Amino acid sequence: MSDYKLPPYARAMGMEIDHIEDGVPIIGMDFADRTMGRPGFLHGGAIGGLLEMAGYAALRAELERQGNDARMKPININIEYLRGGMSERTYARGEVLRAGRRVANVRVEAWQGDREKLVASSWMNFLLAPAREG
Amino acid sequence: MSETSEPRKPPIKLPNGFTFVPEMGTKAFTLHGHTGFLGMEYRAHGEDWMELALPWREDLVGVEETGVLASGPIISLLDNATSIAVWVRQGVFTPQVTLDLRIDYVRAATPGKTIIARAECYQVRRSMAFVRGIAHDGDANDPVAHTAGIFMLVGGQEWSRT
Repeated sequence: MSDYKLPPYARAMGMEIDHIEDGVPIIGMDFADRTMGRPGFLHGGAIGGLLEMAGYAALRAELERQGNDARMKPININIEYLRGGMSERTYARGEVLRAGRRVANVRVEAWQGDREKLVASSWMNFLLAPAREG
Repeated sequence: MSETSEPRKPPIKLPNGFTFVPEMGTKAFTLHGHTGFLGMEYRAHGEDWMELALPWREDLVGVEETGVLASGPIISLLDNATSIAVWVRQGVFTPQVTLDLRIDYVRAATPGKTIIARAECYQVRRSMAFVRGIAHDGDANDPVAHTAGIFMLVGGQEWSRT
């Protein structure tokens, strides 16, 4: 995870690698006007974007561990919104259930102050494509 | 696009049961917060559908080398378009929260192109509204993403706390 840099969208949204937990990056995002939906609450899309970024980061870490330099292409995501996201910092962590030769299946959860109280839960599927030549 | 230090206007609060005029209502939503930050725009609507646009912007890119838009803004766009489609179908503004949203990314968006979301509310029940839609970058017959979701219709007190 040494030189992993979050993409422009994530940086613009204020996402950052909060810390590494058992080799998996935990992505953190502070509450701000740019993340707000209805007054005082996180926007569902901002939560979705955070979940995806944590999914990517977890998968990248897993592929690095395997010595696999495949490119990750998102196939789909399904998000369950479990409770309203409050005006505070939000965290997300992905768990790679399986990273095969062609497809990776990742589960991602987001929480705020209390880790037991999830704000959202999701699954993502990725297509793993061979790294570009050269 | 730069981080602006100008104070934003306070968010507009729409009262429960307020007659929903799609063009004005959407403008109220896209002035502030996350939708305002992303730069979503009203495009069109019909009896039970809604179109929103999201112009491409460098700071919303997901892959720096290619300039392909991140998928996060597409989630936000589809979330908003489907959500507004519920109010368009009902003709009134009623508080709701996203229960579940699925997005299939059928191809990468073309760098530099505006993304358009076309969303439809195909069923409303007492406590749930069912939605579906697509996102495309110019040709609705060649979408970049498909979505399906469910909104829970909730009481006003649960929805807003300020």
